Amino acid sequence: MTATEPVKPATSGSRPPLVEMRNIRVSFGGVHAVDDVSVDLHAGEVVGLVGGNGAGKSTLIRALSGAHPPDEGEIYIDGEKVSISSPQDARNLGIETIYQTLALADNVDAAANLFLGRELTTRLGSLDDAAMESATREVMGRLNPKFKNFKVPVASLSGGQRQSVAIARAVHFNARILIMDEPTAALGPAETEQVRDLVSQLKAQGIGIFLISHDIHDVFDLADRISVMHTGDLVGTVDKDKVTKDEVLAMIIIGKPPEQVSEKEMAQIIH
Amino acid sequence: MTTQAEPIEAPLAGEPRGEPVRTSLLSTLGVDVRLVGMVVALAVLWIAFNFLSDGRFLTPRNLWNLSVQSAAVAVMTTGMVLIIVSRNIDLSIGSILGFTAMIVGLLQAEWIPDLLGLPLNAPGTWIVVVILGILVGAVIGGLQGFVIAFIGVPSFVVTLGGLLIWRGAAFALASGRTIAPLDPTYQLLGGGPQGSLGATLSWVVAGIAIVAFAIGLVLNRRRRRRYGFPVRPVWADVTIGIIGSLLVAVAVWIANAYPWPPNLAEEYAIENGIPIPPGGLIIPTGIAYPVLIAIGIAVLMTFIAKRRRFGRYVYSIGGNPEAAILAGINTRRTIMKTFILMGALSSIAAVIITARLNASTLALGTGAELQVIAAAVIGGTSLAGGIGTIAGGVLGAVIMQSLSTGMTLIGVDNAQQDMVAGVVLIVAVGFDSWLRRRRV
Repeated sequence: MTATEPVKPATSGSRPPLVEMRNIRVSFGGVHAVDDVSVDLHAGEVVGLVGGNGAGKSTLIRALSGAHPPDEGEIYIDGEKVSISSPQDARNLGIETIYQTLALADNVDAAANLFLGRELTTRLGSLDDAAMESATREVMGRLNPKFKNFKVPVASLSGGQRQSVAIARAVHFNARILIMDEPTAALGPAETEQVRDLVSQLKAQGIGIFLISHDIHDVFDLADRISVMHTGDLVGTVDKDKVTKDEVLAMIIIGKPPEQVSEKEMAQIIH
Repeated sequence: MTTQAEPIEAPLAGEPRGEPVRTSLLSTLGVDVRLVGMVVALAVLWIAFNFLSDGRFLTPRNLWNLSVQSAAVAVMTTGMVLIIVSRNIDLSIGSILGFTAMIVGLLQAEWIPDLLGLPLNAPGTWIVVVILGILVGAVIGGLQGFVIAFIGVPSFVVTLGGLLIWRGAAFALASGRTIAPLDPTYQLLGGGPQGSLGATLSWVVAGIAIVAFAIGLVLNRRRRRRYGFPVRPVWADVTIGIIGSLLVAVAVWIANAYPWPPNLAEEYAIENGIPIPPGGLIIPTGIAYPVLIAIGIAVLMTFIAKRRRFGRYVYSIGGNPEAAILAGINTRRTIMKTFILMGALSSIAAVIITARLNASTLALGTGAELQVIAAAVIGGTSLAGGIGTIAGGVLGAVIMQSLSTGMTLIGVDNAQQDMVAGVVLIVAVGFDSWLRRRRV
């Protein structure tokens, strides 16, 4: 798929994981959207987060990105306990998120979106649009050299171009931890390939990536480990090399680890 | 959304051209097409009224009056644009205007004289009155903004309540009395021959405006060059500079072409011992203070909207509130600030109107919210949020006032004027959304 060699995830014991989410619980009006889930992520590793609709993937990740702080549980970055109660907190810890909705302000241009919430200013505190446009041109030149529409509201861009703006935002600020929520859902084949290359690149740079997807093929191609969620619970985390796609599919659909799935259930899924 | 974006950037020397770039003169000049369209609409309106009124519309006298009458609504519209852009509305501004009008009236005519034993026209009082008035407006706006942003009551409801509350409070303050007369110095803020700059100072202001505009163009060009960005061709910058300077010069020339009324000029001549020439003394009026205030505020608000974080956040919230929150923007504080600004601007409008009227009356500002919202919307502000410019809003205010002045000149009565204004509002917005649909 790509020429870049995956960095071996640090084995537990030698170094604490980049991110560790322990016993996370998020409730919406008595319903546990995420119930006692623990996942971790190492530097240079891609962890795929899969599950059906309503499995709790996005909710779990929103706890890490600061969009919706968890009700219970702890988050450790580099082994140190942190408190993430706002998107700002997450960003200060080097966590960048690419939301499924892209979270772009449609009526302003690419540079304004890239720097939304952390605008560059002149000494007098005015917006330094030229500096922001320059940085945007630079990062876009790397990500999507064909991108030329720097002066138009992002609403008038194509799906792929909008996606590159959202990704550029995460890349420009030197994320250590990247959360990608369905990054290829709205993209055509060529653009999907671009995103895949980018994931490998970032991984090679030692960035830890949580990849949320319902496309099992995407996840198998890109992820080192796969955490499966089912109705708010963590079914299990498996090494990609040690499972088959069908086994992961079974975990997603039935909500049980591979060893507990009966022959009959397995047959139904494959059928 | 999925269609390929139309390349709006001008063709750039030295830039690789991947796709054919369609350009027009306007896009090369890099000016806002919508704004140019409005200026053209205004010009058509003026010329039409001039024909219908047998040449009484395009006279220095009428245009000068038009500028003064537009000032208060224009001041408030600059704030309303930001409110609407952030997906809110403020229905209370007419009542805030009425309430602060009472406050400034009472302050200078009763409270300060009674408390400090000063006469009505004590030097400096007017400044204190204006500052306190603006503060009161800002506090009222802040209160409403707090309830809207932090408690989460919709702005429509809060400001509808505010509309009732502050009108009632205005009545309660002075039991419905009319407060008059006001401080003579304060009255100058309302315009009139004495409340104007006169010929020389008007030209000085024009000169400053032109020089600032030119410097802005040059600095912008240099900055883009330094970053290696594409720049407009030189002729485009020069053309824009010349057109802008000409507009300023013509406006000041018209303001100066309106002389003081003969009897006032005569009085002035006698007071100052100036001999009256045979044809009568001609004193050019120049730019009226309220117009100067409105222009200053429009420039300041444009700066805030385009060059400050606060403005950027207002637009982002209007474009996608969820994205703004996820970007770590304090959306509540931003929304509250827009209402504080709106309150302050409403009281500045109150100052202009009371000074012009030389009185604070109970009904001041009644219906102003509708005029201001109409001006903002005619000026291209989208009620769906996210889109709108200060300059557009100010132009909208001038268009509304031109309609009203023009119809009065050709003898349309008030009831029919309202009907026409209503139709124009609907047609303008309908045309605008049709344009938007076609373009995207």
